[in-house]
Amino acid sequence: MAIRRGRGVAAINYPTGMNLGGDPTQALVHSTPTGNFMVTLSSVDLGQGMKQIMAQICAETIGVPTDRVVVDTADTDTGPHCMGTFASRGTHRAGNAVIQAAKEARQVMLEVAAEELEVNASDLETDGQGNILVKGAPRKSISIFDVALSAHFKRGRSISGRGMFLIPRSYPEKETGAMKPSTCYAHACTVAEVEVDDETGEVTVLTVKNIFEIGRALNPKMVEQQLVGGSWMGISHALYETTEPYYPNRDHGGTDFNQYLMPGPGDLAETEIIVLERPSADGPYGAKGPGEMCANPQIPAVANAVFDAVGVRVDTLPITPERILRALKAQTGAPN
Amino acid sequence: MELRKNYFADQRKDDLHEIGQPRPRSDSPGHVTGKTAYFADRNFPGMLHLKMVRSPYHHARIRSIDTSEAEKHPGVVKILTAKDVPHNVYTILILIQIGPEDETVLADGKVRWKGEAVVAVLAETERAAQEAAAKVKVDYEVLPAVFDMQEALKPGAPIVNEYHGQNYYLYDSGECRKVRFGDVEAGFTSADHILEQSYQSSPIEHAPTETTGCVVVPEGNDRFTCYTNTQAMFFTLDNTSIILQMPGNKLHFVGGTVGGGFGGKVDVIVEPIAILGAKLTGRPVCFIYSREEEMQISSPRAAEKVVIKDGVMNDGRIVARKVTGYTDAGAYSRHSPYGAQKGAGHYPGPYTIPNVWIDTYCVYTNRTPSSAMRGFGVTIGDFALEVQMDKLARLIGMDPLEFRFINAYRDGDMKAHRQPTEGAALIECMQEASRAANWPVAEKYLAMSSYAKGA
Repeated sequence: MAIRRGRGVAAINYPTGMNLGGDPTQALVHSTPTGNFMVTLSSVDLGQGMKQIMAQICAETIGVPTDRVVVDTADTDTGPHCMGTFASRGTHRAGNAVIQAAKEARQVMLEVAAEELEVNASDLETDGQGNILVKGAPRKSISIFDVALSAHFKRGRSISGRGMFLIPRSYPEKETGAMKPSTCYAHACTVAEVEVDDETGEVTVLTVKNIFEIGRALNPKMVEQQLVGGSWMGISHALYETTEPYYPNRDHGGTDFNQYLMPGPGDLAETEIIVLERPSADGPYGAKGPGEMCANPQIPAVANAVFDAVGVRVDTLPITPERILRALKAQTGAPN
Repeated sequence: MELRKNYFADQRKDDLHEIGQPRPRSDSPGHVTGKTAYFADRNFPGMLHLKMVRSPYHHARIRSIDTSEAEKHPGVVKILTAKDVPHNVYTILILIQIGPEDETVLADGKVRWKGEAVVAVLAETERAAQEAAAKVKVDYEVLPAVFDMQEALKPGAPIVNEYHGQNYYLYDSGECRKVRFGDVEAGFTSADHILEQSYQSSPIEHAPTETTGCVVVPEGNDRFTCYTNTQAMFFTLDNTSIILQMPGNKLHFVGGTVGGGFGGKVDVIVEPIAILGAKLTGRPVCFIYSREEEMQISSPRAAEKVVIKDGVMNDGRIVARKVTGYTDAGAYSRHSPYGAQKGAGHYPGPYTIPNVWIDTYCVYTNRTPSSAMRGFGVTIGDFALEVQMDKLARLIGMDPLEFRFINAYRDGDMKAHRQPTEGAALIECMQEASRAANWPVAEKYLAMSSYAKGA
């Protein structure tokens, strides 16, 4: 009886969106009288930080700092339609809608600035700090604050824009299954190292090295929070979780966090995250949807590492100590 | 976390001001100081609490329901049964024309899973609602139940859900969603080795910090404001409008920051019955799942079974892959017909294989209805595919990482569902994994690229 060490690898891809149902999201953007910008949506922030990302996308597109943008979302009386936050679609779909709305608002903003500066709108650019400059003559400039005031009180313009992103529904062909099930794909490769106690069946995940390709890290800190959390969830899925441990007997189903098995802080592996960026052709600033993908590759990587350690396959999730011990006994011909 | 900018540098201009910047989240201070308002932070004068009477059986006929004792319980204001729900038989994906309607808001004549909602009790306090719910008497005639997908698909198995008429979802393609590419049998014939293996999974719980729920307020203008933690505002509003036969303009849904979703808050379970309660009593109503309901009643990830048969050559090329996937929807569809179909579009994984055959089934059993969860239709498939890849590599005596390089898809490769591959990056992820994990592979694999050959 011994502690045995093993490592396993898995490589995966993941689709963005729900093309097989039709996939629309809309957005509105408008300026306040003093040149702040409101993004109005009905998309839901699940805690992953959707509002922050939409603010950064709007700010980038209009050409203002992110703290000049406020996001108002998840109210059906004010927000235009969003299909919902699922299928790794939130950033991709709502982000594209916000870009379109922000571009339209930016165009009006530049037209008003052009009138104030007596130049052509096409000769103007933003400095990202809240000012509009004449290209090649940066001393000739006007603040977005003053442009918004002018639009509201002098020129009678609405600095606003409408955005909509729709992936039309793909209907799978009946006989061949020809279909377009998603837009861009995120990618991952994970290597997990484990120790397995062949006396108790206990698995300790030592390290998990995750390589994620996500199109573009729109906010690297927020990408990190989602990818690390996902990686932990993958370990939990591989080794711990079930609502029905002895199905169809329902007696042992967990009813709270004491009974429902999940890893605690001491059970989590040393986690490494490396991000590659291959911008997608259709995503906002090249982003893909990594929200679901990041919890997947750890599961087979851990399963393969367990095999590498003790030479038995557990092909049923979760890979519990009981299942490992039964497989070890079966291997040696001992009665289970 | 490290950003490895050396990959795909030719496809990216790093000239942006706000994008790519690690700006602090504007909502973080509220979260960590307890100031963020969640739906359940709202409390209204006269608010009622809703609790469900649930089926103790997996499959049973309801002979009778007696609510007389419960109605006398102090604090009880209203008790709802199936006859009170205007459009009681519904299915949420009807909004995208994926029918038939197959589920009841409150059980009508039959229950099909252990935990199914039968009677809703509205009372002044949560405790009164709970105590009164225990006094509702339901007379059941227990019926034979189907627990296993393979049993469910056998001829003569008890029918789980009469609205379907058979124990699988009927797609326009028949009993399963199909993908056919190349000639899989010819591929198996030409292969050096065949490996057929079966993989299974158990349901798991989304385990959000905040349980599913809503608070409904009847407004003075005949409208209802529903504060909810749904993941999909209009999807929930439009389904509620159908179930309650109430014009959408009478409904105002307000969401906000949700305390974790993971796919568990898209089933439209709590909102319609809570709004109905508010309508019939004229008072605010809150319906919030207990932790036990969240873990044992709300839809989990489906149990799945995946059978993979591969033909592989001694040089590492996979020449044929046949996948049969089974998704256990439990007693009702919810999102499962979509998830099973999504699986068909995902197999055979990120590999270029010339001969592919895929069948994915959505199967009905007397199990807790499953539905969407992070990785819907994909996660268990990826577990099965990637363990199978490990087994195949060992079968032909090849390094598991090198084996994946040989089969990895690249730009321009045709996928089994007949879309050309675009934006591939699997090879580069594996190259970086080789480096980061100190897992050596032959130089030729480090020289590969996802870009189209010759590009």
